[in-house]
Amino acid sequence: MMMQKLRRSGEFIRFGCKSLITSRPNKNSVSRSVSGFVNHYKSKGKLFEPSDGNYYNTELHHPCISRNLGMLLQKYKCFGSSAVSLIQRNPLFSSLDSKDVSYFKEILGEKNVIEDKERLETANTDWMHKYKGSSKLMLLPKNTQEVSQILEYCDSRRLAVVPQGGNTGLVGGSVPVFDEVIINVGLMNKVLAFDEVSGVLVCEAGCILENLATFLDTKGFIMPLDLGAKGSCHIGGNVSTNAGGLRLIRYGSLHGTVLGLEAVTANGNVLDMLGTLRKDNTGYDLKHLFIGSEGSLGIVTKVSILTQPKLSSVNLAFIACKDYLSCQKLLVEAKRNLGEILSAFEFLDNNSMDLVLNHLDGVRNPVSSSENFYILIETTGSDETNDREKLEAFLLKSLEKGLVSDGVIAQDINQASSFWRIREGITEALQKAGAVYKYDLSLPVEEIYNIVNDLRGRLGDLANVMGYGHLGDGNLHLNISAAEYNDKLLGLIEPYVYEWTSKHRGSISAEHGLGVMKANEIFYSKSPETVALMASIKKLLDPKGILNPYKVLPHSLFSH
Amino acid sequence: MKILVAVKRVVDYAVKIRVKPDKTGVETQNVKMSMNPFCEIALEEALRIKEAGFAKEVIAVSIGPSQCVDTLRTGLAMGADRGIHVETNSSFLPLTIAKILKSLADVENPGLIFLGKQAIDDDCNQTGQMVAALLGWPQATFASKVVLDKDKNVATVDREVDGGLETLNVDLPAVITTDLRLNQPRYASLPNIMKAKSKPIKKMTVQDLKVDIKSDIEILEVTEPPKRKSGVMVSSVDELIDKLKNEAHVV
Repeated sequence: MMMQKLRRSGEFIRFGCKSLITSRPNKNSVSRSVSGFVNHYKSKGKLFEPSDGNYYNTELHHPCISRNLGMLLQKYKCFGSSAVSLIQRNPLFSSLDSKDVSYFKEILGEKNVIEDKERLETANTDWMHKYKGSSKLMLLPKNTQEVSQILEYCDSRRLAVVPQGGNTGLVGGSVPVFDEVIINVGLMNKVLAFDEVSGVLVCEAGCILENLATFLDTKGFIMPLDLGAKGSCHIGGNVSTNAGGLRLIRYGSLHGTVLGLEAVTANGNVLDMLGTLRKDNTGYDLKHLFIGSEGSLGIVTKVSILTQPKLSSVNLAFIACKDYLSCQKLLVEAKRNLGEILSAFEFLDNNSMDLVLNHLDGVRNPVSSSENFYILIETTGSDETNDREKLEAFLLKSLEKGLVSDGVIAQDINQASSFWRIREGITEALQKAGAVYKYDLSLPVEEIYNIVNDLRGRLGDLANVMGYGHLGDGNLHLNISAAEYNDKLLGLIEPYVYEWTSKHRGSISAEHGLGVMKANEIFYSKSPETVALMASIKKLLDPKGILNPYKVLPHSLFSH
Repeated sequence: MKILVAVKRVVDYAVKIRVKPDKTGVETQNVKMSMNPFCEIALEEALRIKEAGFAKEVIAVSIGPSQCVDTLRTGLAMGADRGIHVETNSSFLPLTIAKILKSLADVENPGLIFLGKQAIDDDCNQTGQMVAALLGWPQATFASKVVLDKDKNVATVDREVDGGLETLNVDLPAVITTDLRLNQPRYASLPNIMKAKSKPIKKMTVQDLKVDIKSDIEILEVTEPPKRKSGVMVSSVDELIDKLKNEAHVV
């Protein structure tokens, strides 16, 4: 009740001594454009034209700011969030000066202090080119000690920082909002230890997920998580955002598989929680605070993670289902009949399939005729013959029962990759199709497709609504594809999607995090009391608020 | 007309090959095995010919250990009518395989024999040619297009040769080996996997076929290609010149 009321009235909760945010446009602030698109889209392939006036050019709006405070955001824009909300640069933060840069050069060495415009351009922009900051400095620490020194200094100087890994996030969490100093841990990329008996891997935060997977492959092990961005994303970023991915149904979330970590808090304190034990009930398990807090409480510098033996038999089926109810029933049956070997249960609807077929080269529909829903079922086990027979028997039984209308089983790895290509290619196809509004929702499985249908009814011909995702985990990727971004469309989508999700006790961010995109929407999924406690924890660990500001928690809590 | 298709079970195309420590061959234990991709194309072509009404029966043949039955099941699920498994635990070289296929052709009297142009494990590219020679049949290798003329009893085959295409007419019966661009093989659908379960696979031995398996070739050693050394980043032009002069000795 209370949450609903707060949302309706648009009030913000009070927090501590902080005052309420003002809703008046402030000259030190930049509106979050609802449909703006950064200027740089053209360089990255043929996307689409922004509609006039929908992206910000601050020279038009606040010429005085750039004159007075050169550091201030010139072109921070993002879209995909509720109409007019404001982010203002925290005026308490200092601006970078030449003495700061000299200090960093002293501790990191000349070449690991990046002021080069081109490199900063990349680091300031997220991979979708939705979010863009204007940081003037990127630091590349080589070890925990250097991270600690950087943070201690930034804290004392009140310089805001943004921790960055592979910069593959979808919610603008890994790029600066204004002029935050970027701390990229990419040079901290060493595997520190691997125990072939327990399968525990200890490594630095900047290790690329795929490199870890390759390393483990030679030892006969696999990472407990796998996701589309594996070629670029860092394990530290995966942990900080509690990334989900394709294997979660089998191996669980990072809250279970991460056995320990080392993190540096805002004041430079190094917290050594790098345990390798599966069981350790001594006091509060604080590592969990750093899993999924998106770098707002500390920078993860080392990770110990439980890896799994690589099993030799992997089978994949691509299934067509007539209706969503059949998909649900198939999931229940799959858990019951394939339980011990089930390793993925993904779904996509026909709209998603059409999009992939239209926008990606060399993709064909594995089943002969188009159907309303498609499901990928992957099994992983130790006995090829046995697993295959089991999967076949299960699918044939489902075919007889009418749960499945058609399907194919991959006969070799090449076929399996072409099936995965369809599911994993949706994101890419969406980018090619035009403007896209992305939502990553956790919902009770029986509700997952209702929101897609409701939204289709609501939007009519305005946009193409697609649903796909990790059905086995109750995670829907709701995507709305349109020719271009426009305010009317966004007004119909938000806050409708968030309210719908909240009403069904879902989460507005299942695995992508809140970042800057959804920081203000946290109340749709968490009660004010809970958020207030989060804010207290933030204040305790980062009293000056320098770590990844403007993200995760509502801006109202930290207004000035 | 019957069509005989040879399908080989090989280490999956996408698997990283590892050489056994004793250098006697490559590791196949606990490794994903699949149908040789060229054989898949051969089978697909045979099925299309049957579906177009030019053939009555497609027979898939595999020669090798007991697990070859899985490869044959894949073939049956794609649409082959029956399978023949010549079971053996020895690994044969192309001439022996060709002799076995010849002897099967004598029994089955197919109008066409399809093979992949080569197997991705040994890259021999010999079996099809040898079978044709042993049978005294015409051959069309590296086929990228096959057109049958039922009345004249000939096949017109486009072959991919260096620098272009060559078109051949061969009288049937003939041996055709298939190249990559001939077709895109179908997937094994659930209804067809179900049907395949009741299709027969006949087991035979080399002795049944009275084939002389003596080989004149002995494999001495299988080794990995030399590992490529990783590169180094140089931080300046001077360092590069220094390395080129003093380490690489090229300038």
